[in-house]
Amino acid sequence: MSEFSVVGRRLPKVNVWGHLTGTARYADDVQLPRMLYGRLLRSTQAHARIRSIDVSRALAHPGVVAVCTGADMPELMGIMPSTQDETALAVGKVRYVGEPVAAVAAVDEDTAFDALSLIDVDYEPLEPILSIEEALTREDVRIHEASGRPANVFKEVHLEFGDVAGGFAEADHKRDDWYFFEGTNHAAIETHSAVASYDGDAKLTLWTCTQVPHYLHRELEKVLGLARSRIRVIATPNGGAFGGKSDPFAHEFAACLLSMRTKRPVKLTLDREEVFYAHRGRHPVLMRLRTGVKKDGEITAVHFESYLDGGAYASYGIATTYYTGALMTVTYRIPAYKFDGVRVYTNKPPCGPKRGHGTTQPRFALESQLDAIAADLGLDPIAYRKRILQPANSRTVNELRVTTMGLGQCLDDLQRETRFSEKHGQLPRGKGVGVAGSAYISGAGLPIYWNEMPHSGASVKIDRGGGVTVYCGTAEIGQGSDMVLATCAAEVLGVLPEDVHVVSGDTSLAPVDLGSYSSRVTLMAGNAVRQAAERLRAQLVDTAAAKLEVPAERVALAHRKVYDRANPSKALSFPEAAVLAESKHGTLVSVGSYKPPKGIGGDYKGAGVGPSPAYSYQAAVAEVSVDLETGVVTVDRITTAHDCGRALNPPSVEGQIEGAAYMGYGEAIAEEQVFRGGLHKKPSLLDYKLPTSLDTPELRAIVVETVDAEGPFGAKEAGEGPLNPVIPAIANAVYDAIGVRFDETPITAAKVLDALQKQKHRVGPDGLGSRGKDARAALRRLQASTAERERKRR
Amino acid sequence: MVLPFAFGTQPPDEGVRLDRMTKQLLTLRVNGETHTVAAEPHHTLLEVLREELGLTGTKHGCELGECGACTVLVDGMPVLSCLTLPTLLDERSEIVTVEGLARGPDLHPLQVAFAEEAAAQCGYCTPGILMAAKALLDRTTTPSREEMAQAIAGNLCRCTGYTAIYEAIDKAAERMR
Repeated sequence: MSEFSVVGRRLPKVNVWGHLTGTARYADDVQLPRMLYGRLLRSTQAHARIRSIDVSRALAHPGVVAVCTGADMPELMGIMPSTQDETALAVGKVRYVGEPVAAVAAVDEDTAFDALSLIDVDYEPLEPILSIEEALTREDVRIHEASGRPANVFKEVHLEFGDVAGGFAEADHKRDDWYFFEGTNHAAIETHSAVASYDGDAKLTLWTCTQVPHYLHRELEKVLGLARSRIRVIATPNGGAFGGKSDPFAHEFAACLLSMRTKRPVKLTLDREEVFYAHRGRHPVLMRLRTGVKKDGEITAVHFESYLDGGAYASYGIATTYYTGALMTVTYRIPAYKFDGVRVYTNKPPCGPKRGHGTTQPRFALESQLDAIAADLGLDPIAYRKRILQPANSRTVNELRVTTMGLGQCLDDLQRETRFSEKHGQLPRGKGVGVAGSAYISGAGLPIYWNEMPHSGASVKIDRGGGVTVYCGTAEIGQGSDMVLATCAAEVLGVLPEDVHVVSGDTSLAPVDLGSYSSRVTLMAGNAVRQAAERLRAQLVDTAAAKLEVPAERVALAHRKVYDRANPSKALSFPEAAVLAESKHGTLVSVGSYKPPKGIGGDYKGAGVGPSPAYSYQAAVAEVSVDLETGVVTVDRITTAHDCGRALNPPSVEGQIEGAAYMGYGEAIAEEQVFRGGLHKKPSLLDYKLPTSLDTPELRAIVVETVDAEGPFGAKEAGEGPLNPVIPAIANAVYDAIGVRFDETPITAAKVLDALQKQKHRVGPDGLGSRGKDARAALRRLQASTAERERKRR
Repeated sequence: MVLPFAFGTQPPDEGVRLDRMTKQLLTLRVNGETHTVAAEPHHTLLEVLREELGLTGTKHGCELGECGACTVLVDGMPVLSCLTLPTLLDERSEIVTVEGLARGPDLHPLQVAFAEEAAAQCGYCTPGILMAAKALLDRTTTPSREEMAQAIAGNLCRCTGYTAIYEAIDKAAERMR
């Protein structure tokens, strides 16, 4: 029998009923009296100076109530305090096609849309920078004139640990490979939406599908010039997010400002095309990976270079840049490690965090190269990885503290489940298997703005009927965070999750939690709720012990009863115990908070990105069939084993593993956020291929539990890590099937067919500037279409 | 299989000017109730359900017929409400949305199974998938995995990888036999 009454049981999520009956209220479902509808005017130019904006014709249009432009909100903002380079709406310049320039509020959405064509913007086109190579070298074209860095470099980082030169000198075998990971969009099915209401009491409420209500709260104060005490942010249930709703966005500021101007509620919902411009998706990254190994495969040194195409603004870019290097060390023993990362600005929608934030691209490179090393040395890919694992309870060369480490068990479980080693290299041409491992953080060790306050706060209240309410600032984005909170509270207090009401994502009602990003909620908010619940539990135990006349240590709480462990028939119902406790201790409300421990990372510059209280580990095996005539890669099955510490709610963990495999599959095979002369090539769900039910492989999830002392009941993250190994596992399986290394994503049928026909052994970049990016041709295309687009818009 | 248009509808004839018309009265049968609403004739069934009838359980993810989030049943057939003009529907057509799936306090077996199998993560595609799955189970209570995949092929889910959805449909089908 389990030591737990709730943890580990296959219970439905507490918030699922609203999803199933249509009563869940997402941002666009919010309807308020007198509400106006807003729309954003977006740039038709990839790079241009704004000579003037004339809104007079739009304002005169019947039904238009207010119009605003960048001049109304000129304050610089951005999610990272150290790199704020954005304004709510463009000021002076536009830097990508689709950048918000102005906003209209009107009596209905059709009128607002019509009014956009009545705003006259006079652009002076500038040459756009559209590739990493151009951005690095074109000193003459500056996307951000105020940037102090050369050309269009946003950020450059250089870190070195251990004796890298010595490590390469003692290597018996070296590899030096280039990789390219294409950018992708999150494509949550819910498009972004916000409703702002500035009321008679001079207070502003914003309902929005954000992952980070607290950080948004801070930026709203800054940009709107309204004290934070007068602003309430309510993160509505997100209809999927995956990192795409974790920046402050133009439509949120515009809805607020237009509401403040009109004293009426304003709703602003993006359409699908706009989501591809709001973006903040996976960075395209060009990578060079050099690895030295001994004859037996033991790694002696690694040198990794990453070149990130950041798009037009910073977003989380500084963290992304560091993340491309930071977690390379936590899976396998690396005694010497050098990392050089550069992120550049380009005239494309800003990139940001997407599930696996900054670690997905280098993981593709590392696991692809390990597969190549195993092939070079004649090693079995699973046995090889198992031999070089970073040990549990250790420090990596870049000083990250590793606690539990379940990658070995993940690989064992995969071998047992898939019979990988019997298939690898043994299948007929066109069939292949591939494996890869990975790791991810369970929350970042540091917050986005430096402070000594908790990362997560929660309060728990017990009412006189035995109902429990949890208040926490987390955002429910579909990952099941409300259920995590309910599970932790229910387990401690001996009730069921269905007895728990969760109030999350509301900056007025709930204590601060930093938000649903970096897979932090289970560990951090879970610990905060657990602490708060334990404080109430102590009061319940104290009064129940007296009433039952047993020692306090014999009092147990489970199944809505407070009882004597030695004689369970001696019991109080939970509401009885609550009334007794409230009579003695007063109102039953407690608080809890969580801050990551100190000393889990180094203290060098750049050490802030990478440390986490605990790392999740995972590995995946992909089984593929390649059609040698058409080049189509069919992924038959993906099996993922994931070490989540402990599964608080196993169906939710399995759902995260399967969903991550699905998303990784899409990135490996089809999805790409690509541009032609600054224009997005496929800003719709017909062209940007999300896998449908007919495309998606059979997905299998294996849950591995290592019970980490840092997490609530031993739990670590499950939301992001499981995506990472899937992509290299597919690439490695394709190699096993046809002997062609795909060192770039996505692995489309056209590329496969081309490789087969030309008998290539590898598809991928050979270095900077090797990808045939003709800057001049792109520019010619853009200029030809610019005048035409501006004309059409009118 | 979700149909792009409701059966029995005609495309608008070319003489109709769709922009900026005044509202027209519309009578619709939705979830067993008859409603008369005033709506602009170019507004889609999706817009009328959400904005005029307050039935916000039906979602939108593209409004171009690409994602299936807006799927409702018209006379038992799943249709994309974002591509359906309600003015062209027969007044007697029975429209069923996610709000009409439960019968009073009794949840539909699909709803229970979706909860048990964690087949809804963010829940946003869920109403559309529930309706497509209902149409399937109304046709057969012994669907194969292949039939299930076909039935929801027009409904994009970004969270689950569809696996839990199949398991939930399976479980509901079993209970409906």
